Amino acid sequence: MNFRRLWSPKTSQKIMNVVFVLSGIVTLLILIIILGYVIIRGLPAINLEFLFTSPLESGKEGGIFPMIISSLYVTIIAALIATPLGVGAAIYMSEYAKNQKLIKFIRFGAETLASIPSIIFGLFGLAFFVVFMGIGWSILSGGLVLALMALPTIFQVSEVTLSSIPSSYKEGSYGLGATKLQTIFNVVLPAAIPGIITGVILAITRAISEAAAVMYAVGSSLAIPISLFDPGRPLPLHLYILATEGISLENAYGTAAVLIIIVLILTVSTNILVENYQKKIMGK
Amino acid sequence: MKIKVKNLNVSFGESHILKNINMSIPENSVTALIGPSGCGKSTFIRSVNRMNDLIPTFQHDGKILLDDKDVYDSKVDVVNLRKKVGMVFQKPNPFPKSIFENVAYGLRIHGETDEEIIEQIVEDSLKAAAIWDEVEDKLDNSAMGLSGGQQQRLCIARTIAVNPEVILMDEPCSALDPISTLKIEDLIHKLKNDYTIVMVTHNMQQATRVSEYTSFFLSGELIESDYTDQLFVSPKEQKTEDYITGRFG
Repeated sequence: MNFRRLWSPKTSQKIMNVVFVLSGIVTLLILIIILGYVIIRGLPAINLEFLFTSPLESGKEGGIFPMIISSLYVTIIAALIATPLGVGAAIYMSEYAKNQKLIKFIRFGAETLASIPSIIFGLFGLAFFVVFMGIGWSILSGGLVLALMALPTIFQVSEVTLSSIPSSYKEGSYGLGATKLQTIFNVVLPAAIPGIITGVILAITRAISEAAAVMYAVGSSLAIPISLFDPGRPLPLHLYILATEGISLENAYGTAAVLIIIVLILTVSTNILVENYQKKIMGK
Repeated sequence: MKIKVKNLNVSFGESHILKNINMSIPENSVTALIGPSGCGKSTFIRSVNRMNDLIPTFQHDGKILLDDKDVYDSKVDVVNLRKKVGMVFQKPNPFPKSIFENVAYGLRIHGETDEEIIEQIVEDSLKAAAIWDEVEDKLDNSAMGLSGGQQQRLCIARTIAVNPEVILMDEPCSALDPISTLKIEDLIHKLKNDYTIVMVTHNMQQATRVSEYTSFFLSGELIESDYTDQLFVSPKEQKTEDYITGRFG
């Protein structure tokens, strides 16, 4: 932008400073307002009974314990499937793949996968896991759909992290006679762990917040899921049903607040862990 | 002679980096490689422990004999070769691990699991690299928190830990301050009793201070090899004289 004619460089600098500060404040405000609104509306519904009992009358009364279990269950399954796959693919890309065209093609594939709307993943889950593979409406089907959704994020973040590991670490390891595999597992991955975990958490917090992706795959049971093949009802789906079917807006907000608190706990605790690990390996 | 090089040619793709190198490196001595940037010194030492294998376009012919066995022989296990021929790099490159684990790394990857043995060797190696006194009470701290000079001595300790016969050093002091440089040079003096050291350096004073033999490289060719005192005082080749008197390079 050219302000020369209108204002002195000093004045335009001052104006832009204000603009940038305001952008930052507005971004933060949006977050605080949404979080604050949901938590203030939801907190009155939350108590021990709400957290640890099953719903009564479709969720009008009672708690959301089965939904918390369903959410954690599908998310853990998604993480267990998507993390090794995503990190494995990232290792292949950064350490093994030599064909630049193939590398570009896989990257393009991951980007496309990441941009597919979650409802499409849901439909695919219904067609493929539930019907074609015959797994049925279950925690496993829901977890698999979420794994597919989480995969591109975990892959992309891991690949960027792995490529940024200085080659001097690898040289040092090879120079001592380490094999490629030893170097990857003992030097490259430990150095990349903070970045990889950040990617996994990013993907997992998206997955745990998904209603559209799981609604056709996980079923809608109000019971506590025990086996992988039991149907369940994760928190976002419960929230969706409570709100759209007009069952209980209070409990919908309560559910939303619980979901947000779980996501916050996940994000904050991993941030602390990652920072401590970083301090330990980098000495600062 | 610990290392004998016969008609070594190295190229990366189209560019011919080393031309017909013939050279002998005596055991338990320090040999300095000098020459202007891009003359092939680093490529040469990286050929000895086969670090160049990591570059896809690398090609070579000729022989590098370590104890009369060609390191490029198809029967040679690169893992064992690199254990025997350690390397210290230009920029200190400790792993982002604790000081202890940096030195223990080589032992662990070669299958040592006895923690007592590992502890003993780590201590011995840190002492041999003249850094034990500075780190003995913070072995669990990250190596990344050490100063550049300490990191480089740690990297030397890491190399010594796997009990090599030859140590290649690629301008080990170029990223260090004068005091750290002095400490590394003192260390090299001590190490030559037990190891054969081949050191690339840009610094001719350094070559005269630490080495017994010096080889002068220019544009991929080995111009002259001699006792260090001899080469710097009365070089046989005009090109060597031009270089050491500062007429170019």
